Amino acid sequence: MAGLFSNSLHVPKNVDMKDRVADFWRTDAESDPVKHTLRPIVTGTSVLGVKCVDGVVVAADTLGSYGSLARFRDVQRLMKVNDSVLIGGFGDYADFQHIVKLLNQHSIDDAVIGDGVYRDAPSIHNWMRCVLYNRRSKFNPLWNTIIVAGKTYSGEPYLGYVDKIGVSFQDKSVATGFGSYIAQPMMRRALEENPNMTCAQARVLMARCLKVLFYRDCRALNRFQIGTVTSDGCEISEPLSTETDWSIGANPSGYE
Amino acid sequence: RRVRGQTFQHYFKQINLSSGAMYRNQYDNDVSVWSPQGRIHQIEYAMEAVKQGAATLGIKGKNYAVVVALKRASSDLSSHQKKIIPIDEHAGISIAGLTSDARILSRFMRTECLNHRYVYGSPLSISRLVSSVGDKAQTGTQIMGRRPYGVGLMVAGCDETGPHIYYICPSSNFYECKCMAIGSRSQSARTYLERHKDEFKNVEDLNELVAHALRALRDCLPNDSELTTKNVSVGYVGRDCTFTVKDDDEVADYLKSIEEEKASGGAAPDAGEEAMETQ
Repeated sequence: MAGLFSNSLHVPKNVDMKDRVADFWRTDAESDPVKHTLRPIVTGTSVLGVKCVDGVVVAADTLGSYGSLARFRDVQRLMKVNDSVLIGGFGDYADFQHIVKLLNQHSIDDAVIGDGVYRDAPSIHNWMRCVLYNRRSKFNPLWNTIIVAGKTYSGEPYLGYVDKIGVSFQDKSVATGFGSYIAQPMMRRALEENPNMTCAQARVLMARCLKVLFYRDCRALNRFQIGTVTSDGCEISEPLSTETDWSIGANPSGYE
Repeated sequence: RRVRGQTFQHYFKQINLSSGAMYRNQYDNDVSVWSPQGRIHQIEYAMEAVKQGAATLGIKGKNYAVVVALKRASSDLSSHQKKIIPIDEHAGISIAGLTSDARILSRFMRTECLNHRYVYGSPLSISRLVSSVGDKAQTGTQIMGRRPYGVGLMVAGCDETGPHIYYICPSSNFYECKCMAIGSRSQSARTYLERHKDEFKNVEDLNELVAHALRALRDCLPNDSELTTKNVSVGYVGRDCTFTVKDDDEVADYLKSIEEEKASGGAAPDAGEEAMETQ
């Protein structure tokens, strides 16, 4: 931190001493020789997740946005960790790729030891929380929200959420970003009306939520993947789309 | 550097000594020296330390893993040496050999288990725990100037794959066992265990498993001694029960249950000097 350990005693005449005191406490990441994450560059938008009686369903679109530009339209934001765990990444895509690399290394290590021990969803969730919280504590966050979906060792469905600041919890339905405002209420109402939702019903719900998100989220794309974890294993669908009706947009009023 | 110089001096001194004067072998000064027969004597000497320690044994049943130990008192004035050390809720060890080395290894095992629980939120599987101890112990068997840990660890633990008994040797080898006995006079215990080893996997009741273990332990006693609440320690862990150590009055009930039976009275006719196959 150059500001803290500066040996310069030179105080410019036209600088108020109050500002110099403020400088002392400023930890400016830009003046550091070591770079810290300042802002996300290529980003993914909402990831949704629902826990069902026979498994867990997650969904995310395949867009990597470059600010407001819909730049990379074939990006996979759901990744299979092993037969019990899927993760979905929201936020900076480079940081998500880093996380995926770390998780792949875990799988390789387990395969190399070859004793049959594997990580279940709560273990991955816990590990993810440790990593993200540790990074935030060093003021160099992985700019992601990760949804961890899968099964426990005893086969129970599990759905967890971890934030770039290390906030971590489990719930029956989770969503990141815009999804937490638009899709989460839809998912919660659907679960209230049908507490014993099956994966097939949840997939229909996901498609509906993603359609609404495409209407309302400026950083969304009408091309998405749905991932499912059941007792048979883990699979991520091919990219899908929903039918949308933009005719209402032909004659807007009040937005001129 | 200093250590290296001393070792070489020692070596040269030996060559000049007349045969049989001070050392059994020319090749036993350092653990980094092979003998022409392909043995590392320092490691074998370390394994002797286990044979000097008081007996301890472990048995794996269907739902539980049990360790029992004979506690020795160094004098009538001192207390009996604790031999069973809890490691985590799902694992514990019983030791034979250098107690101080055992403390270091048990501290290492505890931090491994704790770190795993912190990061992954679940207990460390016993096979991974044991192999991490083995990896740590191996460095002492290969680096010049160091020595192997002079303690045998009988690990009892329970994870998703069920109860386990592992034996970690001073050579840093580790063995998964159905049952195993180590320490002084443990050959008789191994004989008992060998006779019954195929029964253990069907034993569902904890008390029955402990009774088997105590019967085997009884055969390790020196003459005119018997199992008492002072010199016996029992530890057990199961799928639905955390690692528990029973000492003193708490073992009285277990001892009572085997009291009425006769001691098995020494080695079985076919027991030779060969090492027992434990897997």
